[in-house]
Amino acid sequence: MLEVNDLHVHLETPAGLVKAVDGVSFRLEAGQTIGIVGESGSGKSVLAHSLTKLNPEPPATYPKGEILFQGENILTMNKRRLRSMRGNEIAMIFQDPMSSLNPVFKIGKQLIEAIQTHQKLSKKEAQQKAIELLTDVGIPDPERRMQSYPHQFSGGMRQRVLIAIALAARPKLLIADEPTTALDVTIQAQIIELLKSIQQKYGTAIIMITHDLGVVANLADRILVMYAGKIVESASTADIFYKTAMPYTWSLLRSIPRLDAGASERLLHIEGQPPNLIDPPQGCNFHPRCPFARDACLQENPPLGERGPGHLAACVLSQPEFEKEKKGVLLS
Amino acid sequence: MTALLEIKDLHVHFPIKNGTFQKKTGKVKALNGIDLAVNKGEVLGIVGESGCGKSTLARSIVGLQKPTSGDILFNGEAYTDASAKEIYELRRNMQMVFQDPYTSLNPRMKVSDSIAAPLKAYKQTKNLESRVKELMELVGLNPDMHYNRLPHEFSGGQRQRIGIARAIALEPKLIVCDEPVSALDVSVQAQVINLFQDLQKKLNLTYVFIAHDLSVINHIADRVAVMYLGKVMEKSNRETFQAHAQHPYTNALLSAVPLPDPDKERTRERIVLKGELPSPANPPSGCVFHTRCPKATEFCKTNIPVPEERGVPGQEVACFYPVGEEEKVRITL
Ligand SMILES: Nc1ncnc2c1ncn2[C@@H]1O[C@H](COP(=O)(O)OP(=O)(O)OP(=O)(O)O)[C@@H](O)[C@H]1O
Ligand SMILES: Nc1ncnc2c1ncn2[C@@H]1O[C@H](COP(=O)(O)OP(=O)(O)OP(=O)(O)O)[C@@H](O)[C@H]1O
Ligand code: SF4
Ligand code: SF4
Ligand SMILES: [Mg+2]
Ligand SMILES: [Mg+2]
Repeated sequence: MLEVNDLHVHLETPAGLVKAVDGVSFRLEAGQTIGIVGESGSGKSVLAHSLTKLNPEPPATYPKGEILFQGENILTMNKRRLRSMRGNEIAMIFQDPMSSLNPVFKIGKQLIEAIQTHQKLSKKEAQQKAIELLTDVGIPDPERRMQSYPHQFSGGMRQRVLIAIALAARPKLLIADEPTTALDVTIQAQIIELLKSIQQKYGTAIIMITHDLGVVANLADRILVMYAGKIVESASTADIFYKTAMPYTWSLLRSIPRLDAGASERLLHIEGQPPNLIDPPQGCNFHPRCPFARDACLQENPPLGERGPGHLAACVLSQPEFEKEKKGVLLS
Repeated sequence: MTALLEIKDLHVHFPIKNGTFQKKTGKVKALNGIDLAVNKGEVLGIVGESGCGKSTLARSIVGLQKPTSGDILFNGEAYTDASAKEIYELRRNMQMVFQDPYTSLNPRMKVSDSIAAPLKAYKQTKNLESRVKELMELVGLNPDMHYNRLPHEFSGGQRQRIGIARAIALEPKLIVCDEPVSALDVSVQAQVINLFQDLQKKLNLTYVFIAHDLSVINHIADRVAVMYLGKVMEKSNRETFQAHAQHPYTNALLSAVPLPDPDKERTRERIVLKGELPSPANPPSGCVFHTRCPKATEFCKTNIPVPEERGVPGQEVACFYPVGEEEKVRITL
């Protein structure tokens, strides 16, 4: 359904050229959920926005690559087709629901408007539809709640409203950029369950962007790990967690505190901080922080190589070499 | 043994003011009867959702927020009604680290001056420069490179290190940390958590460590207090907190945390709480959790449970119907 091939997205800033997305390729099948994980600044949001060409231009340019949605290239699509694609076939929800809602209009009005831009319905029918959608996303007493303003809703309820708006046109693909990051954990659990039930009910494909490995462990069929604008590992969710093949993914998994960990184990220390994308490190972008780095890593950025069926990783180490080295790092 | 820090029936209420004349129209009970004790050398973790009163508690402990009623004791001495001078003396032994390393530092002050500020305030200016350099090394900053830099030249993790250097400068006994790692990237968060743990051992520190992330609390705390709407729901040791939580709210929180383990994620049961957090300006009657509690009965709507031991030594639960082991199995972590 969606095929991204060698996508490059550059941002021209006063400080220099930011290669925010640097040669990304992946595929998404209908009804599938892909999780994209990575730390702050790794390019997740720029990638997500490029899928509907939503990055402001300037500073964004798309020097290379293609994004095929049901065979059509989004990057070369005319403006009208692009507009009807957004919201209709591909919908997006963001981290901060307040910024996507208009504070001066009632929730009901905004929802009805969203419905009417995508479907030819009378005011009355749209109103009925709006109530259905709010019920779908678990807003209690939806008829009365249509009369509320966004500020009268909690963060979790606003996110539900945005999901309702996103679902208004029954999109085939829902892109969610950190939709639960600003929410409390019990509300996050509600939203995750909601996304799952929507997927089951309507077969919507989902791209879930997060820095929380737990969230994707729950939701995703496949996971893409991003570092410095590149995908460094791509595999089924089980393989990412149980057959990790890339040192960055592996280090990340060992640097997070876990609720299910036994007696307090020391967290793995990854040196330094995520790189800036104007002047990323030469060779493998991860080498200044990688516990496995060697001379070969300074030569060139290793391409993604196959580690198993459907499992790609970008590292100079072969899987057997990596397995051997891991033991050493854990001991030291 | 007296606890290093003791909090007794602490209340902090904020007036809600409305209209042109700022008439008092009600109050937010940010803290509504808190009892806690922290022993020397331990880490008390405080966890709870947004608005439950964690920061208000932190600010009350370090004397930045006057309690409405109740007592706070340091080394057995109450300082609830302390004068400014007494608070000044107290702060020598009690420091705070804040969540936002960006706003807690003066942007125009060199890092060395920021770290030296508490030392100057307490007239400990002998060998000032070498002491500041020593502190920088302790928190993993390079004195040769960083001594004269300004905060904006540092990353979030480095700024948090500066905040920690300031906090340990006077060799306090207690450090109150209010969400010190919440704003940091995952890999940087690990560095700062490790630093907190190393310093605790090296300097024999006691921490009150606040976080909304249960995984962080589980990792760092020796004992845990779970808060909800200005009250403590459950107090336990680290081991019992995770494996034998008895309060329905603690269990809901534990079950809501996504685990970085797909097999566990897909087999365990999630307790999805209904509804939203009630407003602390208008908390529910009886047990404050009853509007969202899956076990609530009519009785809970009119009776207030107090934290008490229910079969597990050292674990206190404020609930009439604690969660039994057989109920817990389904959300096993
Ligand atoms: N409008 C912009 N102008 C200049 N640089 C930008 C802009 N938007 C993003 N960037 C830069 O592009 C890179 C990728 O940013 P992006 O927002 O995609 O990261 P992210 O992975 O979503 O991070 P986060 O987890 O913090 O949301 C970063 O280096 C960022 O500083
Ligand atoms: N100075 C104040 N005046 C009025 N109300 C306040 C004040 N400070 C805090 N509150 C209210 O008291 C309650 C507790 O706030 P507090 O900041 O202690 O919560 P918290 O647990 O730290 O939340 P968060 O996780 O969002 O930091 C909230 O309802 C808050 O709005
Ligand atoms: S290529 Fe080298 S530096 Fe990069 S992840 Fe692999 S071992 Fe580490
Ligand atoms: S006292 Fe009642 S409402 Fe409160 S937590 Fe226990 S069962 Fe739930
Ligand atoms: Mg982002
Ligand atoms: Mg707070």
